[in-house]
Amino acid sequence: MKALFLRDLSLSFRAGGGFGLGLAFFLLVAVLVPLGVGADVAVLARIAPGVLWVGALLSCLLTLDRMFALDREDGTLDLLATSPLPMEGVVAVKAMAHWVATGLALTLVSPVLGVLLNLAPAGQGWLVLSLLLGTPALSVIGAFGAALTVGLKRGGLLLGLLVLPMYVPTLIFGAEVVRRGAAGLEVATPLAMLAGITAGAVALLPFAAAAAIRANLR
Amino acid sequence: MMPDLGKYAVAVLGSYAVAILLIGGLVVLSLWQGARARAALRAAEARVVEARAERANG
Amino acid sequence: MSIWEYANPRKFMQTSAAVLPWLVALTVVCLGLGLVWGFFLTPDEALQGASVKIIYVHVPAAMMAINAWVMMLVASLIWLIRRHHVSALAARAAAPVGLIFTMVALVTGALWGQPIWGTWWVWDPRLTSFLILCLFYLGYIALWQAIEDPDTAADLTAVLCMVGSVFAVLSRYAANFWSEGQHQGASLSLDRKENVADVFWQPLVISMVGFGLLFVTLVLVRTRTEIRARRLAALLARERMG
Repeated sequence: MKALFLRDLSLSFRAGGGFGLGLAFFLLVAVLVPLGVGADVAVLARIAPGVLWVGALLSCLLTLDRMFALDREDGTLDLLATSPLPMEGVVAVKAMAHWVATGLALTLVSPVLGVLLNLAPAGQGWLVLSLLLGTPALSVIGAFGAALTVGLKRGGLLLGLLVLPMYVPTLIFGAEVVRRGAAGLEVATPLAMLAGITAGAVALLPFAAAAAIRANLR
Repeated sequence: MMPDLGKYAVAVLGSYAVAILLIGGLVVLSLWQGARARAALRAAEARVVEARAERANG
Repeated sequence: MSIWEYANPRKFMQTSAAVLPWLVALTVVCLGLGLVWGFFLTPDEALQGASVKIIYVHVPAAMMAINAWVMMLVASLIWLIRRHHVSALAARAAAPVGLIFTMVALVTGALWGQPIWGTWWVWDPRLTSFLILCLFYLGYIALWQAIEDPDTAADLTAVLCMVGSVFAVLSRYAANFWSEGQHQGASLSLDRKENVADVFWQPLVISMVGFGLLFVTLVLVRTRTEIRARRLAALLARERMG
């Protein structure tokens, strides 16, 4: 399992891998939104939580179709399916590698982008915490979507259509945590919901994704 | 005959119109798809019968 | 006579052929009665005036939009557990019907809201949830179309339906929560559970029954088409192999 994790991770960090692309996209969103919306500081501060969360969502989405498709193409996925490793474990490990290269990276970089979007200083800590808690859900939900579309040649758009609606609860609660935290309000409810969704997704979706991969490999 | 809808005329008539259009469209589409499938299946099954008859005679 | 007999495609085709004419007649009667009564023979409501007449299409459509997804979920489970092809095809058949009902609910909801709130769209939690449901339907339909092998497609869409159901429910709660954080807490007072006076309730119930019958009729028609299409594909594949 560790070997699989390290292999996926190193693949992401290589040129053309997901790591740089995801981060660059995240930065792009943080730059494009003020350009489109105007530099009114008050407006930016108000929309910053949502923009940062949507940017994180889209960045995670970008790198998803590589998760299984490359392995499917060169036959590695069949090898993994017949190995003693359970497919659920394979999915979990790949999702975790995706998270480290994408979600975790985004989380660490987010305070800088928060500054760009004039996020209230009180919100910075909540931004990092919410992304830290929420991005694993994004990776594992994304893994499920990638498993569904692994056999498709141009599955990218369909992957987005399938995955983005499932991102909605995490998005809503994550952005709410940052918004309320920035305003100094109480964040317990959205924070608990956010953590709960991630916990549930991480625990259950690998099974659904494994079933999907097995169906696709048949 | 037509009730006085007042200022809600657009909303009410529009709603019924959209509902009828969308649902009616779906009904027409479903019937058309059904007819097409029925015809194509009938043709394919006829070809099977023909092929069998040929093999029996030839 | 077990209901599982109808899992056999031939039995399903025979039975549905016999039942369909009656269903169609009943559907037309209920829909006609409910909508004509509601539109022409009910008074205006105190606060919402004549716009309350929209209730006779909006509420039944919204109800069936949800029920259609539940039916797809049950059919998907039956496919995964008992591998009855008719079940998988019925789920596929129901999806466009559910999608249309969702769209009707959305548009009529927006049209109803416009004169009351003054804007064409409001991020009311209920409307928002229906917008998300619309996306789930689109994804489900798209996945069926994208996968070539029919059994694989049935498996994948069944799993998607199950996972999607969980997230759809989650989204409903999230949308409620999210709307609390918005400035305008405008929520539609279209709740059926609210005291709807009898004079409105009776045609509404008939309308709801009519929409339900419409759903069953359309799903039967579309499932028959799916079964025929499947048989056609099998015959064509055999032809190709010579």
